[in-house]
Amino acid sequence: MRRIAAITRNPAAVALVAMLAIAGCANKQTPNNAADLGLGAGGGSATPGSSQDFTVNVGDRIFFDTDSSVIRADAQTTLARQAQWLNQYGSYAVTVEGHADERGTREYNLALGARRAAATRDFLVARGVAANRIRTISYGKERPVAVCDNISCWSQNRRAVTVLGGAGS
Amino acid sequence: MMKFFKTFLKIGMLAATVALAASQSARAQLEIDITQGVVEPVPIAITDFVSADATGAEIAGVIAADLKRSGLFAPIDKGAFIERISNPDAAPRFDDWKVINAQALVTGRVTQEADGRLRAEFRLWDTFAGQQLVGEQFFANRANWRRVAHIIADAIYERLTGEKGYFDTRIVYVDESGPKNQRVKRLAIMDQDGANQRYLSDGRSIVLTPRFSPNRQEITYMSYESGQPQVYLLQIETGQRELVGNFPGMTFAPRFSPDGQKVVMSLLRDDGNSNIYAMDLRSRTTTRMTSSNSIDTSPSYSPDGSRVVFTSDRGGRPHIYVMGADGSNPQRISFGDGTYSTPVWSPRGDLIAFTKQTGGQFQIGVMRTDGSGERILSTGYLQEGPTWAPNGRVIMFFREAAGGGGPRLFSIDLTGRNEQAIPTPQFASDPAWSPLLD
Repeated sequence: MRRIAAITRNPAAVALVAMLAIAGCANKQTPNNAADLGLGAGGGSATPGSSQDFTVNVGDRIFFDTDSSVIRADAQTTLARQAQWLNQYGSYAVTVEGHADERGTREYNLALGARRAAATRDFLVARGVAANRIRTISYGKERPVAVCDNISCWSQNRRAVTVLGGAGS
Repeated sequence: MMKFFKTFLKIGMLAATVALAASQSARAQLEIDITQGVVEPVPIAITDFVSADATGAEIAGVIAADLKRSGLFAPIDKGAFIERISNPDAAPRFDDWKVINAQALVTGRVTQEADGRLRAEFRLWDTFAGQQLVGEQFFANRANWRRVAHIIADAIYERLTGEKGYFDTRIVYVDESGPKNQRVKRLAIMDQDGANQRYLSDGRSIVLTPRFSPNRQEITYMSYESGQPQVYLLQIETGQRELVGNFPGMTFAPRFSPDGQKVVMSLLRDDGNSNIYAMDLRSRTTTRMTSSNSIDTSPSYSPDGSRVVFTSDRGGRPHIYVMGADGSNPQRISFGDGTYSTPVWSPRGDLIAFTKQTGGQFQIGVMRTDGSGERILSTGYLQEGPTWAPNGRVIMFFREAAGGGGPRLFSIDLTGRNEQAIPTPQFASDPAWSPLLD
C-alpha cells in the first residue's frame, strides 16, 4: 500500500493501479469493507475517486466521545475506508480538521480538537497513508455543524473531518 | 516606540490634577467596606456640572452610571434635588441634601480653556459630616470628555471605598455575528461601559482570546489568518500586526507577562498534546515551561511574575495547576467535582478566577492561590472566560443562554450579588479588561 501511494503521482495512472490494489486489500485484509467502499455500480452517481465519492461512499468524518480523542470502533471502520481510498487515489492531499462541542472552554477545546485531529492522522498513517499528505488543524468549538443545545447536537460536533485538499501535497 | 511615546504624552495631559483649595479632612465617617458586599448601596447625589452647554450634564450622567453599575452606590434621581448648584466653589446647603438622604454629594464645573481644552473641576462632599472629601480638576482634549467623567468616578470610588477604581479602563473582546456554524468574529475594543466601540479586525479570519499588554498599547490574540491558527501581537493605535514566533504548529492561549516582556502561550506538539512556552519579545528566545504528555493551556502569570497558573488534563480531566515561572514544581490546586479551566490570576495576587463545569452547568468562580476558599459567583448553561478589573474586585465573563443564539458580556463583583450586563452592538465573547489608563 505504501509503495502504491508513493508511486501514483500521475493521476491518469492512478485509477487502474488503485483498482487492483483495492481488490487485493478487500480480499485479504478487510473483506467487510469491500461493499462499503461502494466502488463501481454501488457508488451511486458519485464518480469513483471524486470528492463526492469520498464524502458519500467512504465517509469524511468520525465522531468522538465527550472529552475524548480515542478513535472509537465505528470510527476505526470509517478511517480504514478512508485510508484505503486515499491509498487508492494517491494524488489527494488532505486536511484533517479536529472539532469539539460547545461543552468545554475555548482554549481547552482548541487543544482537544488538535488532539482529535492528530489521533485521526496517526490512524491514517498507520494504515499506510503518507504522513506528508496529511495536514491537521483544530477549530476547537468555533465551527459546529449542528446547532442546537442538546446531546444529539453535541455528539455531531465532536468530530474529525478529513477534507480532500486537491491534487499534490 | 515613537508612537507609544506620543500616545503617552497625549494621555498624560489628563493626569494633570490639582487639589482644589478647600480642606481635605483626613478621614470622614462616610466609608464603604466593599469586602463584605454592600446590601444597601450608598445614596449619592451627582449634580449636573455647571457648564455653558450640555457637557456638564453628560459628564454627571457618565459618573452616575459608573457608580451605579458598581453596585455600591445608588445615585438619587435629579428630580428630588432641592438645592440647585450654580456656584460649585461655594459650600452646598448640606441640610437640603441630608433631607433627601444624599450621604455623598458631587458638584462640579466644566469650562473651555483658551487653547480649546476641556477643564473639569469636581468636589465630593460628605453631607452628614458637612465637609469636602475630594476636590480636583482635570484638563483634557474635548474628545476625551467621557474619560474625564470616568476618572472623576474613579476618584469618588477610591475616596469612599479605599480601593482603586476601574472605570477609566477599556475592554477588548470578540464581536460575533452571523449564524453559529459560520460565525464571523472580529476583534473589538470599547470603554468598560460599552461606549466608544471600535473594530480592530475585519472579520475575514476567526480571531480568539485577545488580551491586553500591561501598557495597554497592544494586545495579543489568536487568529486563523495564515491558515494555521497562531498567536499575534497587534498595536492598537497603528493597527500594526506581528506573528509571535515562528512555530510549525498551532500556537494559542496567549497572555502577557506582568512586565510586558514575554508572551506565555500553548504550543501544539506533533503528538496532539499541548505544552506551555514563554517567548521573550525582545530576544525572541523561547522557554519551555511544561513537558507533560497532556493538554497544558490557559497560562496566566501571578502579578509578581514568579508563578504561572494553568489548565492541564495530566490527571485525566482538566484541572488547575500552579507552577514556578520557570516551570518548576507544578501543583494541582483544584479538587472539587467536575472540571476546571481558564484560570486567571487576580491583579491583586490574592485570588484565581476560573470556569468550572459540573452538573451540566458552567460556573464562574474564584479560589485562593493555594486552591482553598473556592466560591462560585455565577452559574449558567454556558459561560466562561473570566477577566479581572484592574482593582481585583470585579470580574467580566461571557455567557450564552440555552438556545440563546449567541454570547453576551457580563460583569459580577466578588460578592456575587451585583451582576451587570455589558452593552455591545452584537454578540460578544472573550472579554479582556485593560489595566487602568493614565
